[in-house]
Amino acid sequence: MSTVNAPVPADPRMETRVEQETGRTSPASPKRRGLGGSVWWRHALGILALVWALFPILFIYSAATNPSGTLNTASLLPSGFSTKNFVDLFNDSSRPFWSWYKNSMTISLVGALGAVFLGGCAAFAFSRLRFKGRRGGMMALLLTTFFPALLAIVAMYIIFASIGDALPMFGLNTITGLILAYLGGALGANVWLLKGYFDTVPRELDEAAIVDGASHVRIFFTMTLRLVMPILVTVFMLVFVGLYGEFMLASVFLNDVENQTLGVGLYGMTLGNDANTLFGRFTAAALLGSIPVILLYLAFQKQLVGGLTTGSVK
Amino acid sequence: MTKPIALAIKWVLIAAAMVGILWIATRLAAAGNTMAVVIAGLVGMGILAVYATRRAVPLKYLVPGLLFMTLFQVWPVLYTANLSLTNYGDGHLYSKEDSVKDIIAQSVREVPNTPRYKMSIATAEGGDATTADLVLLLTKPDGTMYLGDKTGLKPLAATGVEKTSIGKITKAPGYTVLNARQANARSKDLSAIAVPTSDGGGVKPVGLSEAFEGRATVTFDAGADKLTDTSTQPPSVYAPKDARWVNVADTTQSFPQGWKENVGLANYSRILTDDTIRSGFLKIFIWNVVFAIVSVLSTFLLGMLIALLFNDPKLRGKGIYRSLLILPYALPGFVTALVWKGMFNQDYGIINQTLGLGIDWLGTDLGAKAAILITNLWLGFPYMFIVCTGALQSIPQDVREAATIDGANAFRTLRSIIMPLLLVAVGPLLLASFAFNFNNFGLIYLLTKGGPFNGQDTSIGSSDLLITYAYRLAFSGSAPNYGFAAAVSVVIFLLVALMSIPGFRRTKALEEVN
Repeated sequence: MSTVNAPVPADPRMETRVEQETGRTSPASPKRRGLGGSVWWRHALGILALVWALFPILFIYSAATNPSGTLNTASLLPSGFSTKNFVDLFNDSSRPFWSWYKNSMTISLVGALGAVFLGGCAAFAFSRLRFKGRRGGMMALLLTTFFPALLAIVAMYIIFASIGDALPMFGLNTITGLILAYLGGALGANVWLLKGYFDTVPRELDEAAIVDGASHVRIFFTMTLRLVMPILVTVFMLVFVGLYGEFMLASVFLNDVENQTLGVGLYGMTLGNDANTLFGRFTAAALLGSIPVILLYLAFQKQLVGGLTTGSVK
Repeated sequence: MTKPIALAIKWVLIAAAMVGILWIATRLAAAGNTMAVVIAGLVGMGILAVYATRRAVPLKYLVPGLLFMTLFQVWPVLYTANLSLTNYGDGHLYSKEDSVKDIIAQSVREVPNTPRYKMSIATAEGGDATTADLVLLLTKPDGTMYLGDKTGLKPLAATGVEKTSIGKITKAPGYTVLNARQANARSKDLSAIAVPTSDGGGVKPVGLSEAFEGRATVTFDAGADKLTDTSTQPPSVYAPKDARWVNVADTTQSFPQGWKENVGLANYSRILTDDTIRSGFLKIFIWNVVFAIVSVLSTFLLGMLIALLFNDPKLRGKGIYRSLLILPYALPGFVTALVWKGMFNQDYGIINQTLGLGIDWLGTDLGAKAAILITNLWLGFPYMFIVCTGALQSIPQDVREAATIDGANAFRTLRSIIMPLLLVAVGPLLLASFAFNFNNFGLIYLLTKGGPFNGQDTSIGSSDLLITYAYRLAFSGSAPNYGFAAAVSVVIFLLVALMSIPGFRRTKALEEVN
């Protein structure tokens, strides 16, 4: 199919340009309908891609609304609608789903806000201020991304165990401790992404503000941060989603079932026999647990596309 | 106009930071960690120097991030490197002196005709009932009260203490008495407690509410550096060997308590010389590289093809396609991995049922690897799709038009114009993706746990990455070996760094093309 159609887009740009110039008023012109034939195969393949992308999600929905709630009775297509799995999930006192939910949201929200603030400050310095070791500092940050916190997991465990001896509220098995551990990795790749975008804001604006007598603090908080809002949103999202899905540190840090995150809690529902018997409840929890992240993605997908590419290209 | 307010905010924040650090320092001092107190003091002075003066403007912006990075990323990394040179792990958790103390305290046997104490189990006030160090609140039959912990027996002031009629303490200022359920949950820690007493004996708990006084059967001769156990006939002598106390007469016998010791590069040489570990390590490494490369390439190819597919101005409904295609990426990673684990189930999973297959996906070597790659393709292609879409949009139209005018067909334009420009844009992201997948712990651990474990060496799974292997060395199994796990971590870091350097050189070269 594609071999037939491939030569056709000889000058599709010309086509659209002419169309734009003439005010795009002729969708029913015979020429356009003729070329429309080259679009249907894109739709066909697009639908194939959708099937591939969506069938596991359909399966989650089907299993979550499946009245018998086990893995062996779950099917790809919904077999009736039942809220039994959700009711069972909320009434399971040994698996405090809402606590997990709250923990995950708190950790991701605070962690992402913290990372955006720390990263934004550092990116401002790297992009706007000139100082010795600027280039070296950026390279060093890149180097730290090679050594993610999870490789130092043993050391993290020991360090936070000893922090907990002196300051129990920041030790192991606490949400605050886990957030601190996550904030350690707040710079790294984020600063690169942020700095790339900061660089696109013209320096002349800063200079004009300096001439007007504004201090660097004022420029940063009232001007720069507003201008770079899209990348701040992107980084917030990336960090939020990353922390929301983080499993390793959370599983090592959080022992108490009340303190666990969704990831750690849901993992516990798929071990041994529970994998089959609790599958309905597990998928119900997975469905609910996915909602915040999916909403975030759908709300900010434009910024995400813009932020990811601008930050990396520059 | 806002100057005074800004100034006020600044000084309030500085003061708050100082108070916070002071409070942390006092807590650290109370815990007896001198080194940490000194560091807290230095941090406080650094903050004052940076923020209370007008100099060092860049540092004002860098300090917060750097502080967290140093404390929770760089310091753990250095700690890991340091740990990799020790034998820290099961049976080697504390110093040699502590191991001697512990062995002696554990050897305590009840001295005939000594009184039994009434005992309550408690933690220091504010401590976590499941993890904090336990202390024993003891009452002698004559009513005198004591406080026992691993440092020794101290008298307990009677003020504020409440007792039951039989003398069991139910409340003591500064301590939280555990209830029976909490105490029971700590029975393992409880059995390890032995409170040393001044006459060389010790107090040990019996059950949850009584303790007896006993005397040690093991004695330590510091001059000869030997332990003597008098409970056997004849007394057996233990001498230090390989960071443990080994019986001189019968070298197969040793105390379980060893000590932490510097072992130099022994952990590294073990990776290189121990035959099973070396061959296993090589096997894991090869699969690790294959996994990362195939993951990046497959997700990139599929993502790019879909991006090209929708890169047609005439195509309608692109927004809907994009919103739906982004969903796999928008699901939290643990959900994806765990749901696919269910779908790959041999007996009940819908993949075998729908396709009419009977493949043992997660139980065979190849099946597990295929399952992981398929899951990661599903998980990762939307990201590449988004990135490629953005990059394609940023390629200027005139470049394509110029190619068209020069007579290049669509394929040629794609290969010679679009692909190189696309790679410039996404090159760094591909590298980042490689580095991420190289250590993609979550996916592997949640999907297969590194298994199946079919090889000769059951500690090495067929789908293990280096990181899941290191994790298992450190945190599961009966005998965690933190030192060795740390050495594996350091090796992983070096490997990732070495493999990434040429890649970054190449991206720089590509960028100059632009």
